[in-house]
Amino acid sequence: MSFYEEYKKFSDNDFSAFFNELEDQDIRRIIGKSRLTELDYLALLSPRAEKYLEEMAQKAHHLTLQHFGRTILLYTPLYLANYCVNSCVYCGFQVHNKLDRKKLSLTEVEAEAQIIAGTGLKHILILTGESRKHSSVSYIKDCTEVLKKYFTSIGIEVYPLTEQEYADLIQAGVDSLTMFQEAYNEQVYLDMHPAGPKRDYQFRLNAPERACKAGMRSVNLGALLGLHDWRTEAFFTGLHVNYLQNNYPDVEVSISPPRMRPHLGGFNPPVDVSDKNLVQYILAFRLFMPRGGITISTRENPQLREHLIKLGATKMSAGSCTAVGGRTDAAKSTGQFDISDERDVATMTRVIYSHGYQPVFKDWQTI
Amino acid sequence: MHDALMIGGQEVTSRLFLGTGKFASNDMIPELVNVSGAQVVTVAIRRVDPDYPEENVANYIPGNCILMPNTSGARNAREAVRIAKLGRAAGCGDWVKIEVIADNRYLLPDNYETIKATEELAADGFVVLPYISPDLMVARKLEEVGAAAVMPLGAPIGSNRGLKTKELIKILIEECSLPVIVDAGIGRPSQAAEAMEIGAAAVLVNTAIATAKDPVAMARAFGQAVEAGRNAFLANPGEVFEYARASSPLTGFLRNE
Repeated sequence: MSFYEEYKKFSDNDFSAFFNELEDQDIRRIIGKSRLTELDYLALLSPRAEKYLEEMAQKAHHLTLQHFGRTILLYTPLYLANYCVNSCVYCGFQVHNKLDRKKLSLTEVEAEAQIIAGTGLKHILILTGESRKHSSVSYIKDCTEVLKKYFTSIGIEVYPLTEQEYADLIQAGVDSLTMFQEAYNEQVYLDMHPAGPKRDYQFRLNAPERACKAGMRSVNLGALLGLHDWRTEAFFTGLHVNYLQNNYPDVEVSISPPRMRPHLGGFNPPVDVSDKNLVQYILAFRLFMPRGGITISTRENPQLREHLIKLGATKMSAGSCTAVGGRTDAAKSTGQFDISDERDVATMTRVIYSHGYQPVFKDWQTI
Repeated sequence: MHDALMIGGQEVTSRLFLGTGKFASNDMIPELVNVSGAQVVTVAIRRVDPDYPEENVANYIPGNCILMPNTSGARNAREAVRIAKLGRAAGCGDWVKIEVIADNRYLLPDNYETIKATEELAADGFVVLPYISPDLMVARKLEEVGAAAVMPLGAPIGSNRGLKTKELIKILIEECSLPVIVDAGIGRPSQAAEAMEIGAAAVLVNTAIATAKDPVAMARAFGQAVEAGRNAFLANPGEVFEYARASSPLTGFLRNE
């Protein structure tokens, strides 16, 4: 049994018919429940639920306070390399795009780490383009060894690995995984990934479970919103997180709901996901999984991010830079996408406090 | 009469223990300690950052408090022991609250792993206060392996639901010689007072204070409630009767012949 079987259980469902049959009283009843089923979660993602966003928001706020308190964990991404062997139609790093390819030396990794550590952050997320050749597991491991000196928690957002490779990185000091399935709809996934190893839908889909089996402490999942109907993509993301929590109850699970951003290549997303849609997704997920983390990156604009603090967000990036070596040498590299909230860590700290919340810089220590 | 609570050879002056994980700012901690009278304050070692004093929660605990670091984040005994030792190395002292949680839906403690961690840390000189699901056999085992107190949950962490496990906690209080400190689930001062009235040695509160609209006023209320509950326990409350005790007895017409 893997999540692929769970996915297949629902993938042929007629979601429109399900949404059409929902009545107002169904939505009200679900909002009042203490434990939601998978179909309850789907109902809260429906067009019918849109007029109950305020009720959902009140409950989401209450649940988040109860389980996480008035705290927001801060982290920042560090791009190690932008070499990529895939042809993802929506990504600035894809193999056919002309940009300066770069991979940080360990000395450069250390220089970037020193700058980030100077802001006080202790959680870092390291990213590479998807190229095993240029960003091998042993390279990621070497970078982890350097970063351990500066950070107490190291997450990876890299190409999918085998269980043994995850175990090796955990041994080296990695404690969390972020893995974007990009599109859960299998056909859309294949359309978006015409060539390269990333085209293997199931190897990617089952990567978070391999990480859980290897002993990863925390996993963060997401679909890239804009590639396909957001309601079903949000549903499958939640289903995936719920599957992992059921099977690996000691793993801390969370979602990221990233929306498409401008980037090199100019791909136009087929689906527009509005702020209202994004909020509905976040609220529905909070009611479905009260203890699940919700990560809001700097893809979103400052005003929206601040509103999301009270609607269920638990983790935020700050002082982000999507260019390789961007903190020491900003002019020489192209980012993966344009960020929308460019505020530095000190500013974000003040902003979070101003909303009555505490920014948490250290919330884990590799042991 | 001097009513002392002794834990690990140290006298504790307040029976309200304060948790610190959910506040809007670490700056609030000294005031909350002050108004509540709390002396024992727990901090998650995962949040202790000796490199960055400004954000280090441990730096906000007043000097006259007993710091009780906890092993939040540990999934098994091995991790709890490791975290406890990291805390001691970071200067957090010898007290430790063992939290071993391998269920992220309800955050219920793993009693078996908790016993293992307690045994190892007590042997290593720690003053160990384990967080447990209330179970007499577990409490006895913890006493045997050197725990300084037991901390049964009243209801799931953060739920503010009160003493849902009251009957089991009463058994622990009656049968254990260790102090029984009710941890988790207490959501109202009245519930804290109730725990103290039935003989709990102390209560630990975090979410109820952190999620109140006015945390300072709520911290004060908890301090008062815990004191009132303790005084009521010491006063030996009168018996509870199912039926009214009439001042004009129904059998008053009977006379001794």
